[in-house]
Amino acid sequence: MPTKPEKDHLTGQETTGHEWDGIQELNTPLPKWWLYVFYVCIAFSVVYMVLYPSIPWLSGHTDGLLDWDRRVELQQDLELAQAEQATWVDQIAQADLQAIANDRELLNFSMAGGQSAFATNCAPCHGRGGAGLPGGYPSLADDAWLWGGTLEQIHRTIAYGVRNEHQQSRASMMPAYGQILDRAQIRNVAHYVKSLSATVDAPEWVAAGQQVYAAQCVACHGAEANGNPALGAPNLSDQIWLYGGEITDLVSQITNPQHGNMPAWQTRLDDETIKMLAVYVHTLGGGQ
Amino acid sequence: MAEQTIQEGTEGALSRRRQKEQNLYAGRVKVHPMGIQGFYRKLKWAALIVLLGIYYLAPWLRWDRGPNAPDQALLIDMPARRAYFFGLEIWPQEVYYLAGLLIMGAIGLFLITSLLGRVWCGYACPQTVWTDLYMLVERWIEGDRNARLKLDRQPMSGSKLAKRSAKHAVWLVIALATGGAWIMYFVDAPTVLVNFFTGQASFSVYFFVGLFTATTYLLAGWAREQVCVYMCPWPRFQAAMFDEDTMTITYERWRGEPRGKPKKGKTHVSPATLPPTRPDDGGTQGLAAIDWAQADALYGRDKIDGKGDCIACDKCVAVCPTGIDIRDGVQLECIGCGLCIDACNSVMEKLGRPKNLITYDTLANQERRARGDKPRINLIRPRTVLYSGLLAVVGGIMLFTLMTRSSHDINVLHDRNPLFVPLSDGAIRNGYTVKILNKERATRSYTLELRNLPQGALSVVGAKDPKAQQVTLTADPDSVATYKVYVERPGAAVTQTTRDFQFLLTDDDGNTVVQETLFRGPET
Repeated sequence: MPTKPEKDHLTGQETTGHEWDGIQELNTPLPKWWLYVFYVCIAFSVVYMVLYPSIPWLSGHTDGLLDWDRRVELQQDLELAQAEQATWVDQIAQADLQAIANDRELLNFSMAGGQSAFATNCAPCHGRGGAGLPGGYPSLADDAWLWGGTLEQIHRTIAYGVRNEHQQSRASMMPAYGQILDRAQIRNVAHYVKSLSATVDAPEWVAAGQQVYAAQCVACHGAEANGNPALGAPNLSDQIWLYGGEITDLVSQITNPQHGNMPAWQTRLDDETIKMLAVYVHTLGGGQ
Repeated sequence: MAEQTIQEGTEGALSRRRQKEQNLYAGRVKVHPMGIQGFYRKLKWAALIVLLGIYYLAPWLRWDRGPNAPDQALLIDMPARRAYFFGLEIWPQEVYYLAGLLIMGAIGLFLITSLLGRVWCGYACPQTVWTDLYMLVERWIEGDRNARLKLDRQPMSGSKLAKRSAKHAVWLVIALATGGAWIMYFVDAPTVLVNFFTGQASFSVYFFVGLFTATTYLLAGWAREQVCVYMCPWPRFQAAMFDEDTMTITYERWRGEPRGKPKKGKTHVSPATLPPTRPDDGGTQGLAAIDWAQADALYGRDKIDGKGDCIACDKCVAVCPTGIDIRDGVQLECIGCGLCIDACNSVMEKLGRPKNLITYDTLANQERRARGDKPRINLIRPRTVLYSGLLAVVGGIMLFTLMTRSSHDINVLHDRNPLFVPLSDGAIRNGYTVKILNKERATRSYTLELRNLPQGALSVVGAKDPKAQQVTLTADPDSVATYKVYVERPGAAVTQTTRDFQFLLTDDDGNTVVQETLFRGPET
C-alpha cells in the first residue's frame, strides 16, 4: 500500500513509499541517460515503422516509404546466383557425361546441383541417400542396376523414365506366367531361381525348375541368369530382390509380376539438371 | 551531540524534499577527479604503460612460419579459420583452448579478488585504463579539478571552445588508435595500416575501426564511472569473492573519528599514538576510546584535542575517479584504485600524523588494529584453496592437451542415408566421410586402417585400388582433405545391427590418432 516516501534508517536512502508486509522499497533512481536511450529506441521504432512494412491490415500491410520487400530481394538474390552459376551450367550443357565426371570442377558443381535436384525430385521414391524403399523402389547406392549403371544408361533412364507415355521410355515388361505355366512349374522355377543365390533343400524341384527356366526365362534373364539391362531384366543370381527374395515372393512375381514406373524427367527438368542428376546418381555407390 | 545535529539536518532536508515530487531518475553528477601523486598513482601509471604498450604493440610482433603463412605473432585469421599464437596454430576444431583460457581467466580473477580485492577494476580493466588515459589528457588541456570546475561554470567563450575542441580531438585520436589496433589482431598489421589510410581496406575493417573508435570515445570520454556503476556486472557479484581476510581499500574509522580540524592551541592526539586500550564497551562501534588517563599524563587534559586523525579535508573524495567517499565503507562504486590513499597520505604527511588513515588492509585486520592487536595476513582460506586448486586443474589439463597436441587429426562421419547398402554378393557396405586435418605446412601422406572390425575391407571412392585392409591417403599442407571411404564386410560376418570399431590414422612419423565409429548392418 503506497504511503508517503520516507528515509530508510539503515541505508539513509529514500523509499518509494511502497510497502508490502513491512518491507519497504528503496528509491534507487535510474540514471537519466538510461531513460534517454529508451526514448531513442521509441523514436527509432517510429522511424522504422514509417520506412518499412510494419502495420498489418485485414488484408496485406503498410508498405513503408522505402518500398522494401523481402520477396523482391529473394528474387534478386536468385537471379544473381543464377548469373554466377551460368559459366558452369553452360559448360555442363556442352560437355558429355564422361567429360563432366572427369573434370574436378564440373564434377563438384554437378554433385552439388545434382544433390539438390535429387532431394527435390527423386528422394520421395528413392530415399535421400538413394537407398530405395521396399516395394519396388530400387536402391541407387548398390551395385545392381535394372537398366544399367553406366553414366549414359543412368542418364537415359532419368531423361525418359520407365514404362510411361514418353515415346523413348524404357518399356519392356515380363509376361504374367500364371496364364502360361501351371502352378507346379512356377513353384519349380521359383526354387531354381532361389537356388542360384542360396541353398535350397528341394533338389528335384530345382532340377525341374531349371528345365522351365531354359524354356521360358533364358531369353530375357540370360543363361547365367545375369539379367539384361537393355530389357530391364534383373540379375536373378545375386542377392538383391526388388520385390522380396522369399520363395512365396518369387512365386507371386512370376505368376503376376509387378512393374515399377518412373516419369520421364525430360519433360519436367532442363537438360543440364538431368546431366547433373546422372553424374550425381552415378557417384552414390554403384556407378559402373 | 554531533550525531543529533546530523539527524536534524537530514530530517530538514527530507521534509523539504517531500514537498517536491519524488525523483525517479538521477541526473549525472559529473566527477572531476583531482590529480594526485603517490605510490598507488605510480602503480597505476605503470599498469597503464604496460597494458597499453602490450595492446598497441603486440600486433607488430613478427614470427616466421615459413612461406605461405602469415608472419604475425598474434593473429586471428577469420576468413582462413586460423588463430596464430607465436609457434602455436589453433584450428576452429580446437576452440576449446579458448574456452580453457576464458575459464582460467575467470577463476584467476576470482582468486586475485579474494586475495587482493578489486585490483582488476582499479588497475587492469580496459575501462579503467582508457578512462585514466582520457583523464590525463583532460588534465593537461583543461587543468586540474578546480580549473575544470571553473571552466564548466563559465559561459561558452573562445578559449573554452578551444580547450574543449582540443580535448575531444585528442580523445578521438586515441579512440581511433584503439579501434585501429583492435583490427590489427585480425588482419596483417603493416598491410592494414597502409590500406586503411589509402582507402583500400575492406568495408569490415572500416566498420570495426569505426565501431571501436566510437565505443572507446563514448565509454572512456563520456560514460566513465557510469560503466562501472550501472553497466558492469562484475561489481555486483564480486562481493561473493570477498571475506574479512580480503585486502581492500578502507578507512581506519577507529582512529579517524570523530572527524574535524584540530582547534588552535590544542595538541592533536591520535588514538593510534596512544597505548592500546580495551574499553569495556568493546570499542564504541569500532572506535578505540582514548585513554584519557594516559593522555593526561603525556599532554595535560586541557591541551588535548578530542578529534580523530581525519581532518575532514575531503581530499580523498576529490581524487576519487568514481566520486565516492571511501569513509562510508566498502561500496559497489569503489574500484579499488587506491588514489584516496595517496591523497590522504599527502595530507597526513604535511600534518605529521601517522600515514595510511585510508589504507589497503583487510577488514579483519582493521578490527584487530582497533583493538590494538597485531595484524596478520591470512592467505590460505577455503575459497583461495578452492580457486587455486581449480586453476591448477584447468591449467594442468590445458598444458597436457597442448603438450600432446598432434600434428594431424581425423574426423569420421558415418553415412546416415543410407545407413548401410546390401550388395549383390550379399556383402554389407557402409559409407564414411573421412576428414584428415593436416596441421603441418607440408603435403603429407597417412595410412588409414580399421581396428576391431573382422573381415572389414576399405576402399576409397574415386581410387581404382582394390579393397584392402589399409589405404594410403594424402593431405595438402595446412588443410583438411576429405575422402569418401567405403567399408565392406561379407554378409555372414555381419551378426550385429551395430558394431563399434575404430579408424586409425598414422602419419609418416608413426603418430596415430584414433576415431571411434560404427558399422551398421540389417536389423537382427
